[in-house]
Amino acid sequence: MKLGEVNRTSHEERPKRVGRAAVLFVLSVTGLFFSLGWSVALGASDIELSTVWQAVTAFDESNTNHQVIQELRMPRAVAAALVGGFLAVSGAVMQGLTRNPLASPSVMGVTHGAAFALIVALVFFPSLSNAGMMFASFIGAGLAVILVIAVGSFSKGGLTPVKLALAGVAIGGMLSSLSTAISLHFQVAKQMSFWYAGGLANTNWASVKVLLIAGIVGLLIALAISKSMTVLSLGEDISKGLGQNTILIKTLGVIVVFILAGAAVSVAGTVGFIGLVIPHITRFLVGSDYRLIIPLSAMFGGLLLVVADTGARLVNAPYETPVGVITALIGVPFFLYLARGERGSM
Amino acid sequence: MPKGRSRFILLLAGLFILNIGLFLLSLNLGSIQISPAEVLDTFLGNGDTRQELVLFQFRLPGIVIALLVGMALSVSGVILQGVTQNDLAEPGILGINTGAGFVVVLYIFFFQSSMNSISGWGTYLLPLFALIGAFLAALIVYALAWHKGVEPIRLILVGIGVNAGFSAALILFQVQMDPQDFMQAMVWLSGDIWSANWNFVAATAPWMILLIIYSLYKTSALNVLTLGDDLAKGLGAPVEKERRILLLLAVGLAGLSVAAAGGIAFLGLVAPHMARRIVGPRHERMLPVSALLGAAILQGADIIGSNLTPSAEIPVGIVVTIVSTPYFIYLLMKTN
Repeated sequence: MKLGEVNRTSHEERPKRVGRAAVLFVLSVTGLFFSLGWSVALGASDIELSTVWQAVTAFDESNTNHQVIQELRMPRAVAAALVGGFLAVSGAVMQGLTRNPLASPSVMGVTHGAAFALIVALVFFPSLSNAGMMFASFIGAGLAVILVIAVGSFSKGGLTPVKLALAGVAIGGMLSSLSTAISLHFQVAKQMSFWYAGGLANTNWASVKVLLIAGIVGLLIALAISKSMTVLSLGEDISKGLGQNTILIKTLGVIVVFILAGAAVSVAGTVGFIGLVIPHITRFLVGSDYRLIIPLSAMFGGLLLVVADTGARLVNAPYETPVGVITALIGVPFFLYLARGERGSM
Repeated sequence: MPKGRSRFILLLAGLFILNIGLFLLSLNLGSIQISPAEVLDTFLGNGDTRQELVLFQFRLPGIVIALLVGMALSVSGVILQGVTQNDLAEPGILGINTGAGFVVVLYIFFFQSSMNSISGWGTYLLPLFALIGAFLAALIVYALAWHKGVEPIRLILVGIGVNAGFSAALILFQVQMDPQDFMQAMVWLSGDIWSANWNFVAATAPWMILLIIYSLYKTSALNVLTLGDDLAKGLGAPVEKERRILLLLAVGLAGLSVAAAGGIAFLGLVAPHMARRIVGPRHERMLPVSALLGAAILQGADIIGSNLTPSAEIPVGIVVTIVSTPYFIYLLMKTN
């Protein structure tokens, strides 16, 4: 793994790092809390923060502002926090498992996979419930990840960053072409456009509920394997030498990615680069211990998407800017920075 | 090697016949079937007005575009692979297509009311804007990948990043279009011989033909460059200058292709590889073979796309991607 930051802090005392992580965690929770409030307060009609507080503590059904807050803005803000957190954690898990700095949901074609599965579901099983749709998107996301990892792993020279990125481009391109072909053939192209734009405009409490369920399962598994993942990220041989069941860890890791990335994509469509950027920043701050990286990535990712989504609503108000554009604005330069540092062989 | 030479000529002849066959096939297939005999009759001036309209106004321009774009993209891929010494270089992957597409969408967004209403001078300006976009993207990729020289791997990764950046910028404008135009832009960006008419052919074809011929003339320079910088300099070649000319050529071809047929990906990668397998790495043979292969693939994809389903035409770029990604993945797994 290039990007020499991975073991940067390994010489530091562990308590020091845990202490720093704790401080960062408290800071990010506070930040998330305030950004959520800010996100709910700002919008097409600005609402006082105190009214937001009242809407939560003393909901008044006759107050339109309270209605807007409870039914539109709050679920949206909460969903943004969850989706951002999920994307960041699945990126962290992918980077840990593949020991590849470019691994992340957007680079690995997860979105295209989920969109493909949704189109297939839409066309062939139109009566599918929301939960069924979500399940389809899990499968699609998983399909893309498995294909990309398989292509990379079975190729000469192994899963290098370039191979991973190119395999992601190829698999993503193929899946999105198939989706377009299917949607044109069955004339469901209009429903597809949502996927390309992405965004959190259509979230409601029902989507938050599904996200929460997926999140609890996914994050618990992620935390459970985080210690083993730290060892695995040092190298497959070390991990095996210490008696770890690497296949089990990898399988669980891929399941985490299915659940978290699949849920995030099924709610928010294309929101790129959070899963790439956040794990790198987190690793830079707290070192290579995944027990610290995973919870912190979740907080940072949530914070970033809440801020980005609020920005998306305000930049060109009253029109919405796709939030994926905002995250790409941050993510593309970061990707380029990583790419410039890349000097490995194919 | 006389034997190799005659085999090469035979191959060229075979590919030529294949292209003509596909050409005739796509003339008589479509929602209105016109039999080969009727096609011939119409060409000789004996067809009825309806047949004339379908053949000359609807089908022929599209086929001409498919032929030329197939060649242009393949040649562009050959040059990019030769110059960057990277087997996976291709205008689509390097972000050149998306850059051209971005500027074209901007042009349509600001100066034209919709994708369909381009006419007159608008048609002739479109290739210009596509070229500006292609060069802009190429410049950005080249500059960002530059770090004491351009390493092939960095070039590809930077290309993927720049591609993502342009895609995001594109979405920004696309969402402000009405849904109809949004979908149309989407489809066009993935490669579509869209509203091909004779004006379009006139606006892009001469440039493409010119550049393709010029690149045939440049094959020896390409051969020298693939020897590597040191050896090429030792042979007395002005390496940097030749490299820049060739890059400009490749980017120009890609930009024109985008203007004519949208962002068709992977073709510029697959056709050169197939050609290299058949005739080996020497460019004076490989380049014409891959040009003809590219034309045949694109024509074939066009036939599949417009006849596979009766309800809707599938854009040619989509067919190309679906057909060629497995080959690309195979190449990816094989290269070290």
